[in-house]
Amino acid sequence: MGAPLIGARIQRKEDYRFLTGAGQYTDDVTLPHQTHAAFVRSPHGHAKIKSINTSKAKAAPGVLAVFTGEDIAAAKLGGLPCGWLITDVNGQPMKEPPHPVLAQGKVRYVGDHVAVVIAETLDQAQDAAELVQVDYETLPAVADCRLARAKGAPQLHEIAPNNTCYVWALGDKAAVDAAFAKAAHVTKLDFINNRLIPNAIEPRAANGSYSRADDSYTLYVASQNPHVERLLMTAFVMGLPEHKVRVVSGDVGGGFGSKIYLYAEDVVVTWAAKQLNRPVKWTADRSESYVSDAHGRDHHTIAELALDKDGKFLAMRVKTTANVGAYLSTFASCIPTILYATLLSGQYTTPAIHCEVTAVFTNTAPVDAYRGAGRPEATYVVERLVETAAREMKIDPAELRRKNFIRSFPYQTPVALQYDIGNYDATMAAAQKLGDVAGYAARKKASEAKGKLRGIGYAAYIEACGIAPSAVAGSLGARAGLFEAGEVRVHPTGSVTVFTGSHSHGQGHETTFAQVVADRLGMPIENVDIVHGDTSKILFGMGTYGSRSIAVGGTAIVKALDKIIAKGKKIAAHLLEAAEGDIEYANGVFKVAGTDKQKLFGEVAFAAYVPHNYPHDKLEPGLNENAFYDPANFTFPAGTYICEVEIDPETGTTKVERWTAVDDFGKIINPMIVEGQVHGGLVQGIGQALTEGAKYDSTGQLVTGSFMDYCIPRADDVPMFQVDTRETLCTHNPLGVKGCGEAGAIGAPPALINAITDALGIKDIAMPATSQTVWRALQQKKAA
Amino acid sequence: MHAFNYHRPANVNDAAALAAKSADAKILAGGQSLVQAMKLRLAAPTDIVDLGMIKDLAGIKVDAKSVIIGAMTRHAEVAGSAEVKKAIPGLAALAGMIGDRQVRNMGTLGGALANSDPAADYPAAVLALNATITTTKGTHAADKFFKGLYETALKPGEIITSVSFPIPKRAAYTKFKNPASRFAIVGVFVADMGNGVRVAVTGAGPCALRLAEMEKALGAKFAPESVANLKVKADGLNSDLHASAEYRAHLITVMAKRAVEAAMK
Repeated sequence: MGAPLIGARIQRKEDYRFLTGAGQYTDDVTLPHQTHAAFVRSPHGHAKIKSINTSKAKAAPGVLAVFTGEDIAAAKLGGLPCGWLITDVNGQPMKEPPHPVLAQGKVRYVGDHVAVVIAETLDQAQDAAELVQVDYETLPAVADCRLARAKGAPQLHEIAPNNTCYVWALGDKAAVDAAFAKAAHVTKLDFINNRLIPNAIEPRAANGSYSRADDSYTLYVASQNPHVERLLMTAFVMGLPEHKVRVVSGDVGGGFGSKIYLYAEDVVVTWAAKQLNRPVKWTADRSESYVSDAHGRDHHTIAELALDKDGKFLAMRVKTTANVGAYLSTFASCIPTILYATLLSGQYTTPAIHCEVTAVFTNTAPVDAYRGAGRPEATYVVERLVETAAREMKIDPAELRRKNFIRSFPYQTPVALQYDIGNYDATMAAAQKLGDVAGYAARKKASEAKGKLRGIGYAAYIEACGIAPSAVAGSLGARAGLFEAGEVRVHPTGSVTVFTGSHSHGQGHETTFAQVVADRLGMPIENVDIVHGDTSKILFGMGTYGSRSIAVGGTAIVKALDKIIAKGKKIAAHLLEAAEGDIEYANGVFKVAGTDKQKLFGEVAFAAYVPHNYPHDKLEPGLNENAFYDPANFTFPAGTYICEVEIDPETGTTKVERWTAVDDFGKIINPMIVEGQVHGGLVQGIGQALTEGAKYDSTGQLVTGSFMDYCIPRADDVPMFQVDTRETLCTHNPLGVKGCGEAGAIGAPPALINAITDALGIKDIAMPATSQTVWRALQQKKAA
Repeated sequence: MHAFNYHRPANVNDAAALAAKSADAKILAGGQSLVQAMKLRLAAPTDIVDLGMIKDLAGIKVDAKSVIIGAMTRHAEVAGSAEVKKAIPGLAALAGMIGDRQVRNMGTLGGALANSDPAADYPAAVLALNATITTTKGTHAADKFFKGLYETALKPGEIITSVSFPIPKRAAYTKFKNPASRFAIVGVFVADMGNGVRVAVTGAGPCALRLAEMEKALGAKFAPESVANLKVKADGLNSDLHASAEYRAHLITVMAKRAVEAAMK
């Protein structure tokens, strides 16, 4: 064998397919007798449905059916479930209002599904959808989470008084209050973590079909976790047995969280397929994506950090109002709680932390996990507070961080997590060197000579990936397991197909996982294929979210590989007439230790499937193993980002001049793919800080409903990134891996806002810090 | 998209006749605004009259005094034309700032002017350079062409055939882009015509408009400092999510100053 495959920059196996148009996305699937669906959506933020007249639509050319909420109710379809039960400060369960798949008497956000029109062609369906007459009585709306609990605010759900889903808290309040009472310095910030719209390049899509032959359904859907989709849809909404439903999620063009969830459209097309006895396809257009995909973030937070006179952190107090939108999306409840408050310790030894979170319903699209999911919001709180405190206390911001770094592991935080390992000094030092912080003063002078303002900002983030273990998550309200499954199928001639419950929608698993398999089995990567995204092929899976795939899904595969090798040793021992304990396996060869007697992996596989000479008394034929892996803990990637900006004071325009990222992701399988993940995450993080912000007006209209107004960054909005890594190996999985998918989006926003506030010499600025926002801040500073 | 009848006439007279036949006919030039509106189902014309096959509507001619650009000339062609770059570099530069690469390879001068989007770039050049717009029914002076939001002096069925831009002594365009759409939040075209200075702004009002005070100041002295401290009134300027009227007013001054700097280079 050649060089080790783990750590190799191997070109992505899947890219040939994607780059030559051979990918098979959900919209590429067209079934015999295909029909097409168009959804009628609410144009109002909040309204009563007085009546729906479908007669014109039903009479339109090509129309096969029009369904409304009445049909859904008559069919007794359940509402969309929420996968995590949060218990509030009084021990009461969160409020879970019904989330019907087609509106029942009321619409609660622009884009809410009111009716579906199914026709022979998409154009016919869309034409007829315009003929569905809905008589609305508009109601006052509330979109801003700060106003949702105000006196007299419009009420969304009867069962949720004051639009409150829950008030939840974590941490020792008394200890925090006591620490604040003796603090030498307190830094306080009050800010919005802006709402974001995920904008995967492939819009959501679903194609449901039904077979009378065996009373079964197949749903092709752009999903990050087909098994979870199936479980939620069958058990909670449609009341179907799982073995009668197949969910296929083939090539998926990006998710960023927005394709984790079970959406109404998925259920409707599946249900309608049986009503029509024909497959029903729906693909969102971009305008539908904007209004109906789950959004991200949208917090209002008041945060305080208490320090002693030397800058040692004493305590942190955080109060957050989280906007969950009009209904609870699949994992909406755990994002601003379990995945947020637990991260407030950051990289620091802050001894006491208290966080209270109020989740509110508003007349906006549901909010759920979006790249980072709670952890960007937490990191923003911590890293904005730390940087601001450093400036207020006139301590170098890197120095203040070092003063408070955790250096002894495992470390139990005051907010429930136990970090297994890390080396924050290493990433900080490497970032300062790579980013040439020593040369910053000269660069600032050069900017000033051009009439520009220059600033520098840090973020030293931590994230928790591979949310686990199931038992702990269950005790915190999770209604699902958090393990992963993998299966290794060795074929008779020794090539390998691996089935994983993880899902790849841009992450490159077909390459990374194949590297792990080929490395462990000592075979060429060409002999390994990775299969994901089909419930009929894969035994089970929890899918991909929270940067979990390599740490959890990869480990499940490793466990299955180890079973393959163990069985292979038994077969080889028989073939070589040696004791099993004497067999060694390396580089694709089973060998009797200390001899030249050996059998190739392929020979052993062949013996397993053509078992003429085989230990039938001790062993079953075949070479196929599966494994389920439930992690013992989260993994804890961490790193330091340093950003330098140059601002044009005349226009307020910020240019990101330099970006340095040094991350610790544990063992890295494919550095090229990791760098791509970091780049993508950074761009999304820069987007949040600089250009992206979803805005609803007071009536609940989405003002930023297209690329004309919602600005995702383009290549010329970002600098060339300088990225590097440092490595501490995760202590509780065999590969030592931690995950890398979200880091950029987690660490980037505070680094960038820290740099902008440094350049402007102000305490805070709202995200996104657009040119107008920066210009106004400069005007205000001038006026003050 | 709603269904429609598609016509592809071979000459401009046939096109005008076809367009006049139906009250809900639309003329298709580059389609960079119309097709989007149709895809969003905001526009539902009964008939589309595509000018794409009419060869003599596209092309660039330059003589001693003017640059004449056919209505169907794509932005990319203007941006890349050596002749335009030499005669009116600011005009070529403007064309190169429109939209993105795909838009520039489809979008046309005539389409942009007929649509008169408040944030389109070309209207600033047409006004500042005092261009003449030739149509199937005659000619229009730049100053009388833009009437308001998506409103021009064109009569129904009247088709722009070409635009003649007088060659200025010096000119330049600076644009402050909407970060999302890359349309102009404010775009200022400054042209020193030899016998006077014309300054036009797009993106700031319902349609492109001239800035008399700046023209006067630059006429007296063509230098950045002549406009650097000229405050523009915010009254009546556009205000949206990306830029308030006040911010736009401020940007007009900054962009005008920078356009003068660029023109003097």
